[in-house]
Amino acid sequence: MSAIAFPLPDPRILARREEIIAGLAALVPPAALITSEDERRPYETDALTAYRRLPLAVVLPSTTQEVAAVLKFCGEQGVPVVPRGAGTSLAGGAIPQEDAVVIGVSKMNRILEIDYANRVAKVQAGVTNLAVTGEVMAEGFFYAPDPSSQLACSIGGNIGMNSGGAHCLKYGVTTNNVLGVTLVMLDGSIVEIGGSHLDSGGLDILGLIVGSEGQLGIVTEATVRILRAAEGARPVLFGFPTSEQAGEAVAAIIGAGIIPVAMEFMDKPAIEICEAFAHAGYPMDVEALLIIEVEGSDAEMDAQLARIVAIAREHGVQTVKESQSAMESAAIWKGRKSAFGATGRIADYICMDGTIPTGQLPHVLRRMDEIVKGYGLRVANVFHAGDGNLHPLILYNCNDPVEAQKAEDAGMDILRLCVEVGGCLTGEHGVGIEKRDLMNVQFNEADLHQQMRVRAVFDGQWLMNPAKVFPLEGRVAA
Amino acid sequence: MTLHTPSSEADACAFIASAATARTPLALVGGGTRAGLGRPTQTERSLSSAGLTGITLYEPSEMVIGARAGTPLAEVQKTLADRGQMLPFEPMDHRALLRTSGEPTIGAIAAGNISGPRRINAGAARDSLIGIRLVNGKGEAIKSGGRVMKNVTGLDLVKLVAGSFGTLGFLTEVIFRVLPVPERVVTLVWRGLSDEAGVALLSSALGSPFEPMAAAHLPAGIDADHARTLLRLENFSVSIEYRRAELATLLNCHGAPELIEGAASGALWQGVRDARFFAGSQEAVWRLSLAPTNGPKAMAAIARALQQARWYYDWGGGLVWLAVPAVGDAGAATIRGAIRPLGGHATLVRAPDAIRASVPVFEPMSGPLQRVTAGIKASFDPAGIFEPGRMYAGV
Ligand SMILES: Cc1cc2nc3c(=O)[nH]c(=O)nc-3n(C[C@H](O)[C@H](O)[C@H](O)COP(=O)(O)OP(=O)(O)OC[C@H]3O[C@@H](n4cnc5c(N)ncnc54)[C@H](O)[C@@H]3O)c2cc1C
Ligand SMILES: Cc1cc2nc3c(=O)[nH]c(=O)nc-3n(C[C@H](O)[C@H](O)[C@H](O)COP(=O)(O)OP(=O)(O)OC[C@H]3O[C@@H](n4cnc5c(N)ncnc54)[C@H](O)[C@@H]3O)c2cc1C
Repeated sequence: MSAIAFPLPDPRILARREEIIAGLAALVPPAALITSEDERRPYETDALTAYRRLPLAVVLPSTTQEVAAVLKFCGEQGVPVVPRGAGTSLAGGAIPQEDAVVIGVSKMNRILEIDYANRVAKVQAGVTNLAVTGEVMAEGFFYAPDPSSQLACSIGGNIGMNSGGAHCLKYGVTTNNVLGVTLVMLDGSIVEIGGSHLDSGGLDILGLIVGSEGQLGIVTEATVRILRAAEGARPVLFGFPTSEQAGEAVAAIIGAGIIPVAMEFMDKPAIEICEAFAHAGYPMDVEALLIIEVEGSDAEMDAQLARIVAIAREHGVQTVKESQSAMESAAIWKGRKSAFGATGRIADYICMDGTIPTGQLPHVLRRMDEIVKGYGLRVANVFHAGDGNLHPLILYNCNDPVEAQKAEDAGMDILRLCVEVGGCLTGEHGVGIEKRDLMNVQFNEADLHQQMRVRAVFDGQWLMNPAKVFPLEGRVAA
Repeated sequence: MTLHTPSSEADACAFIASAATARTPLALVGGGTRAGLGRPTQTERSLSSAGLTGITLYEPSEMVIGARAGTPLAEVQKTLADRGQMLPFEPMDHRALLRTSGEPTIGAIAAGNISGPRRINAGAARDSLIGIRLVNGKGEAIKSGGRVMKNVTGLDLVKLVAGSFGTLGFLTEVIFRVLPVPERVVTLVWRGLSDEAGVALLSSALGSPFEPMAAAHLPAGIDADHARTLLRLENFSVSIEYRRAELATLLNCHGAPELIEGAASGALWQGVRDARFFAGSQEAVWRLSLAPTNGPKAMAAIARALQQARWYYDWGGGLVWLAVPAVGDAGAATIRGAIRPLGGHATLVRAPDAIRASVPVFEPMSGPLQRVTAGIKASFDPAGIFEPGRMYAGV
């Protein structure tokens, strides 16, 4: 595929490659600097693997000071920088360009401090999302944002993308769970923003950093909230004869004042794909599946589920399957959480990520199906029903360039549809390179220019992850 | 002082554009109840959101409400209550503390990031604020966020504007995520604990699976002769019964709690939320944000130096409301000195103009953050017309 444009690499930077590498070598230990082509390869793409560019060099610092020295150097030399966590971005957020230095935080993966009394953990940015929970689990605590990639993705990348997960209906996304960061700016200055306390004094710059996709600086440490886990959690499967009924049941549950911790929706193609892979016991004779999870003591869960089941029955539920054991619960979630991987086994796919007002769900499902069929392709849908975050998986054959282009076009049409019904281009995966050129669909020029002027306050030279988020033309200064 | 009250966003744009050309400083007002917040500013003209009213969007099943900025908060709350919903962050009402009257507006709640006791569990106003429309200092109407809860499209200017106190732009519309009103609310009260013991109790409770939605400690002398440590539970009745029993067991080393409910519980938390205990006095009032267990540590140090200080804790110990005599620097040097080694910040909420003009009202920042803050201000408001100097000199 070649639909998404990359800026042409600056030949003056390419010509100075040796000199730039020598400069970097003076700042970090040899093991932290990667220059050979073989070793740079793993950094040429992220989870948006259809696009790749070999970076000029890769630096993997071990300390905030090293990050500061490298950033300052790149700033002075006018060399673009691409911050990288684990490289699991699905929007191409961590894909480099040929004239850029990748600065990866993967070596900075220590948990620095855990403070149960104040319910915070201080971690380095390269620690994985799941490692934070792993560290505090024995005490009954967890870190709430749970992207499906949580085994691999880093806290720094989560902050870059403001990542969410299945449980954010109750617990919020990254921005609601980070209290402080250490940020290194392009001029090498190191700032502490926030801390172990709840609200920042002054402007909420932390709120701006979260979700800024590596455009404002590099996060090297973060203070995150850790929460005490509920006594128990139980998912229930609901099979509905139509998507409309499933959607109405979701609305009625919320209308009744019940906020489950998770409400996940899968359509028929997604059910088939996931069941074939995970053998989770999903019903095969329904059009739509909801996985609704509740939390609390056994008695509390029983009471809440009784209400939810009653509402589901009022909306024509066909199958109700309550998990009877931890193993069954794990299987139910395994089916859902492996949706991407399972789909990957049967076809190539593009995973889109847009958000819609949930009331528009039946209309959007219908239109999406029409759009994708219009391109002669198939789509499987999994999404977070409580908050309207869609993940259509558009299936195609990547060895067929025509089909690949169609898949991409269908995805873009779906995102336009999301905006048209009052939603947005991305709910959790970010803009990256993937949706950069659609930003004009959601924002007008004044909106975008305001964002770009704020961006330029941190990076007047547009060197930080410069090919991402904003259309390549029409960039503005502070 | 002249007041302009636009009746549409377009009108606001035109007015602000001409003010920018003339470099006329503007005070931005909602209900106009503002008198003493932030640093005193010199503005000849005010721009009011009073003409921009009305709910623009309400979808109970999507848990979202939108309103024009000048809509009275009370109207938003009534609309939600009619459908069994509420603003999750329990916004504080400053009128008693600041001795002002008038109608708080929903736009100012967003502009001030104003949250109450439920903040520890349900997040701050900024966490529920999902979309804004505002007019920047060039007179351009801008939007950020939207009506859906999950949105990572572009930079999150919503957060930046929440808590900017009118210094970045004139809000015309705000959209919040809402929650259902709980079926039942009860408060557990322990008596006679020291600050350390009270906050330790709150920490254990907040580190338990029983989800207290609010947690405060009122030392002796704050509205009663004895200290009170408060935990609020909100849920379906079955959960309340179970959780209060579990909490009483978990925390029985601190004694047995008393249970209050209904109006008595509501009034107590309203007092905590609105800092009513300091409403009738002439003292200067500070608001300290700290890691919860640092609250008592900071207060021990401050109390040694400022012997007439009175204080209480919300947010599990992490929010301290502190009243000190309104003389000299109102304790600024002592208070900020005590916080510095612990992390956190202090904001001077109430004090005579003369003190607020000479003491930084918001916590002073490091050099690089100051530059970023000034840069952000300039990026929204290049002519520097909105509430100049309200948060920081020059911003
Ligand atoms: C199978 C699969 C499932 C997924 N499921 C989810 C999901 O459920 N929810 C969800 O939200 N996402 C999901 N994702 C997307 C992805 O995992 C998240 O966006 C994740 O937060 C990226 O983290 P990372 O460490 O891999 O970051 P990277 O991909 O390396 O980087 C992501 C962005 O953050 C920036 N960045 C990285 N580190 C830093 C830093 N230290 N400082 C500043 N900027 C930085 C990068 O420049 C880039 O723009 C999924 C991805 C895959 C492959
Ligand atoms: C004297 C006084 C002191 C206060 N002190 C604090 C405090 O220390 N901490 C705190 O959290 N809250 C404080 N508040 C906030 C206040 O209690 C609430 O905002 C309340 O809702 C007041 O509503 P209002 O509509 O009268 O707002 P106003 O008092 O008119 O405005 C409050 C703030 O919001 C800004 N504002 C109002 N409308 C808009 C708009 N449409 N667009 C952009 N900005 C706007 C104003 O410039 C001002 O900075 C204070 C209020 C008053 C009256």
